[in-house]
Amino acid sequence: MNAIVKQLTGLRDWVDDRFPLMKLWNEHLAQYYAPKNFNFWYYFGVLALVVFVIQILTGIWLVMNYKPDAAEAFASVEYIMRDVEWGWLIRYMHSTGASAFFVVVYLHMFRALLYGSYQKPRELLWILGMLLYLSLMAEAFMGYLLPWGQMSFWGAQVIISLFGAIPFVGEALSTLIRGDYVVSDITLNRFFSLHVIALPFAIAGLVVLHIIALHEVGSNNPDGVEIKKHKGADGKPLDGIPFHPYYTVKDSVGIVVFLMLFSIVVFFAPEMGGYFLEANNFIPADPLKTPEHIAPVWYFTPYYSILRANTVNFFWLDAKLWGVVFMGLGVMILFLLPWLDKSEVRSIRYRGKIYKTALGIFVVSFLILGYLGILPPTPGRTLVAQICTVIYFLFFLLMPIYSKLDKTLPVPDRVTH
Amino acid sequence: MRRVILSLLFALVAPVVLAASAGGPKLLKANVDLSDRAGLQNGAKLFLNYCVSCHSASYMRYNRIASDLGIPDDQMKANMMFTTDKIGDPIKVAMRPEDAEQWFGINPPDLSVTARSRGADWIYSYLLSFYTDPSRPTGVNNPYLPGAAMPHVLWELQGIKKAVYHTVKDENGHESQVLSHLEPGTPGKLSEVDYQKEMRDLVAFMVYLGEPAKLVRYQLGVKVLLFLSVLLVAVYLMKREFWKDVH
Repeated sequence: MNAIVKQLTGLRDWVDDRFPLMKLWNEHLAQYYAPKNFNFWYYFGVLALVVFVIQILTGIWLVMNYKPDAAEAFASVEYIMRDVEWGWLIRYMHSTGASAFFVVVYLHMFRALLYGSYQKPRELLWILGMLLYLSLMAEAFMGYLLPWGQMSFWGAQVIISLFGAIPFVGEALSTLIRGDYVVSDITLNRFFSLHVIALPFAIAGLVVLHIIALHEVGSNNPDGVEIKKHKGADGKPLDGIPFHPYYTVKDSVGIVVFLMLFSIVVFFAPEMGGYFLEANNFIPADPLKTPEHIAPVWYFTPYYSILRANTVNFFWLDAKLWGVVFMGLGVMILFLLPWLDKSEVRSIRYRGKIYKTALGIFVVSFLILGYLGILPPTPGRTLVAQICTVIYFLFFLLMPIYSKLDKTLPVPDRVTH
Repeated sequence: MRRVILSLLFALVAPVVLAASAGGPKLLKANVDLSDRAGLQNGAKLFLNYCVSCHSASYMRYNRIASDLGIPDDQMKANMMFTTDKIGDPIKVAMRPEDAEQWFGINPPDLSVTARSRGADWIYSYLLSFYTDPSRPTGVNNPYLPGAAMPHVLWELQGIKKAVYHTVKDENGHESQVLSHLEPGTPGKLSEVDYQKEMRDLVAFMVYLGEPAKLVRYQLGVKVLLFLSVLLVAVYLMKREFWKDVH
């Protein structure tokens, strides 16, 4: 036993003389001090990483059997579901993983809203996170075309044609994206390439940058106090504990709970009542047959609702163009969050009633927008969507005013339990 | 505050939910049971005898059905395969697509994943609801797929039903005949109850056909969850041990 330990230590030292192995280990795990008061909301970062790994691994195996060819794609997915050993499990993990990714990312972002995690000095951390969110949206959108079912095809057709609303360059731009005048085999091939190479690369790189930025400024916490302000004689934050082993073991509990919920969907409800895998997507893509009702997958529906809520032609510009503009702004405005929030405090625990109310109304509107995006529009629904769209934007645009007016509570010096 | 938000949410969502339910005649419940192996075998027999003369199920292989449902290969060949296919071949039809289009006006769709796109209840309702309609070239029609090109292939089992119409007036006072319900017409070989049982087996088979993994998915899921529960206990105890000294 001792001889083995000695040999392993020797190997470590050999590597360490040539590569900063222990330095990296210590900086990011063993001597990275995280606040000791993380709560439920602090699991979702590591869970996003877990889902990313699941997607990459299952993706590698899917690509071994999938055929990015308009004539063969649909059949090759069914081939994976039937003839490939464990293919059904790999495919369901990947399709469930796509939705799970958005679930954990939305909760991760909501955590930042709760505890002001984007405030100075974490603005860049927030921006890197937003870039990750954008890449994830592109990744999911392109991946959804690959099964080449009716929803894959028509969803892509609708979204790409939105670019056509842009004046002058619109039509040329959507043709450039498709590589054709309609969604076709060429579109499928380029989306496949971007989905399995370009975007996973971008996401992996951004994850590394996101973590480096996080470890530079340190983690925020539910109290929103800076743990680096109070250091012990040894120079370590008094309210900090080493990420490893404390948070590696704590996150393991969260990961196992997550895997249980994930497995319940994968094994018992992979279609999730049509929200994760839509019934219409089991019909092969048919460019000549438009489905009655085209809805994007649930994670895009809030923005799809904003798009459809624009029904008036303002200033010579088409309603459709306004829809595209507002949908784009709806996502982009999140980038500005660190500068819109003028509050003295970070955490919701010490904010006043105004911010709490605003956040509550915002969350409700966002959920309603998401729900309406699944349904076909009616005049009544469109009106509700318009109200919610206005609330969505007012939450951000009025933030500089109400976050300043808000009566905050005194923030404690140290973290609380 | 929370109560205000909740009531606001309800006020906004309630009309939307109520407006969502509409369209098409009500579906009958198939209530299929995938653990009934004899039923699945019977469904396979019905499917391969009646459906496959026109419809393919080209993502499924004969010997996969044989091994999943416990049918010996020689029996499968003798009773359920009527073409020159080999046991490892996928289920294709002998009819050429161009011919099919000429004969039926449409190429009969592949049925591999129909249970996933239409749903079991829809197929069940469709198969039970053919009725006499002299205006159609096939002599039958179906409320679940009006103007269906498919003849009532199973008529000798079910017989053919008769439609009962009732008159409705629209906003402008025009009267029109609308299908109200179906009643027994020409009787078939089977009683209504026996025919429903046969169709339940057929639909169960099509659900299996849509996703063969369904036969193993649930049992495996239970095992995975049991394993994860044990792991959860272990990991939780480890966490508690490590966190003892954090105050």
